[in-house]
Amino acid sequence: MQEGSGSSSAAMPGAEVAVEIAGLDKWYGDFHVLRDVNLKVARGERIVICGPSGGGKSTLLRCINRLEDWQRGRIVVDGLELTDDPKRILVVRRDVGMVFQQFNLFPHLTVLENCTLAPIWVRHMPKRDAEALAMNYLARVKIPEQAHKYPARLSGGQQQRVAIARALCMNPNIMLFDEPTSALDPEMVKEVLDTMVALAADGITMLVVSHEMGFARQVADRVILMAEGQIVEINAPKNFFDHPQHERTRAFLKQIIH
Amino acid sequence: MSAISDQVYVRVLPTEPLPPPAADAGIIGWLRANLFSVVGNVVLTLICLAVIALVVPPLVRFFVIDAVWSGSSREACLASVEQPHPGACWAFVRVWFSYFIYGFYPLGERWRVDLFFLALAFGVVWLCRLSAPRRGIGAIYFFVVLPMLSYVLLHGAPLIGLKIVPTSLWGGMLVTVVVATIGIVVSLPLGILLALGRRSGLPVVKVAAVGFIEFVRGVPVITVLFMASVMLPLFVPERLAPDKLVRALIGVALFASAYMAEVVRGGLAAVPRGQYEAASALGLTWWRLMALVILPQALRVTLPNIVNTFIGLFKDTTLVFVVGIFDFLRTIEVARADPSWAAPNVAVTGYVFAALFYFACCYGMSRYARTVETRLARGRR
Repeated sequence: MQEGSGSSSAAMPGAEVAVEIAGLDKWYGDFHVLRDVNLKVARGERIVICGPSGGGKSTLLRCINRLEDWQRGRIVVDGLELTDDPKRILVVRRDVGMVFQQFNLFPHLTVLENCTLAPIWVRHMPKRDAEALAMNYLARVKIPEQAHKYPARLSGGQQQRVAIARALCMNPNIMLFDEPTSALDPEMVKEVLDTMVALAADGITMLVVSHEMGFARQVADRVILMAEGQIVEINAPKNFFDHPQHERTRAFLKQIIH
Repeated sequence: MSAISDQVYVRVLPTEPLPPPAADAGIIGWLRANLFSVVGNVVLTLICLAVIALVVPPLVRFFVIDAVWSGSSREACLASVEQPHPGACWAFVRVWFSYFIYGFYPLGERWRVDLFFLALAFGVVWLCRLSAPRRGIGAIYFFVVLPMLSYVLLHGAPLIGLKIVPTSLWGGMLVTVVVATIGIVVSLPLGILLALGRRSGLPVVKVAAVGFIEFVRGVPVITVLFMASVMLPLFVPERLAPDKLVRALIGVALFASAYMAEVVRGGLAAVPRGQYEAASALGLTWWRLMALVILPQALRVTLPNIVNTFIGLFKDTTLVFVVGIFDFLRTIEVARADPSWAAPNVAVTGYVFAALFYFACCYGMSRYARTVETRLARGRR
């Protein structure tokens, strides 16, 4: 896991940069989906990105591990600039964990095999060590007893916790969460959020696209509103919710908080 | 007001389940539910019974009761006073049986073919029995040891005292099994590579794969066989030109691969994008992503189609006769044309025997695929 800097430095932006996004522009055909996005994320910082759908939140997140490419600008992750070089992309991906809205567990593998796949084949870890590591993380997301089941037999909340454990098994420095609770039934949202809160307390760098405002208030160091492909407002959670600076933020908050 | 509180109801004991209604249980219930549920079904059931009564007894009579089981020439199967209506001429099959299996393979060397069949059966069982131990070693045996062993056994190796038997003497079931096995074993991996090539981002690879698949699919298998056997020698010097059977094998394998590629492509398209993304996000290289995450799922989805292609391939092997190779069906053709066995029922019997052989093989593959499918489905639910 994260060593040294830990949660103490988490609240101090600028200590060490985990992700730097500079002048990022991306088009899908004619559609300008990201417009001059600039963002520096400090090591250990927790960032929640919200905003209306189609605003470019997920796209931005997916650029950070290069699931999407872009036309202009640069992204530096852990001091390594993402280029077209496939080797470099792999190096960055090994360091950046990602959790998806639809879980995307591998249905043909058991929960344990889902978690050990990357440690064994990417980190070249012996199978026994990988399984011990996976059991450790499955215990942390509180489902070690499901290890030998197939994902289809788990509830949505359990599947998403497995997905988190699977990402953590690579010991990432940075975790990306792309709407991790949006596909869940209401009664399962809390178990996933609790897992993420516990993770945040460990001091790992987190970028979360989410509309869970309670989570943002509790965990985030900064909250970002993205709309029409641009960052509209970056603010501390208390200010973001209580004294939003931008008209667009106020309108958005009014939409989601009744 | 009190009317509302009167409606509060809380169950204190769970209700025990009732037994199923009598009419739905047992044989009577089954018959009623499946065969005689409505007037239309009653009519259909009766029609089916009538058809069975009309068709089955004559078939049994012809192939079993009136059939001729022994004899050494056509006379045995001709109509006579003792047998006014002779049935199937199984005597013909008995006499020619070893020819159907070995072709013209020299009599004294036929134990080598038997040994090959045994070695192949052993490999197939080891690889296909889902519960068999050490299937990894089984795969090495099947894909590395068996081909070399088969070559030495069937073709011969003078060094260890096995006479060389030219492929022109091979025939019958031996040829059918060799062609089908090689076609199946080559077409799956080659088909997977072609399918991956077709989805590749590299233009050269993509164009080559698409070109190959579309060209081979666009011509009849007979044309491919002719090209393999007639055109191949034009490109290679004569003394290096491969054997006639090898040429046909290459033709069949390439043809099957093109079809397999399209089947596998369908499977690849069925795997959701999220699977590629999740595997990429973990930092897997492209080859590992394919081998560990995408292909296992794609092949599972498409298993019925893969087996379908195998079955088609198995029956297409009968076409190698057009380039002068004596496969199983061809040996039956040759035997039935023999004047000493010219009897009215001989041809029918020969073809029925061929049909039984092909049916047994294809139905076996189909059943095996069903078993694997059920097993996979059970594992994932």
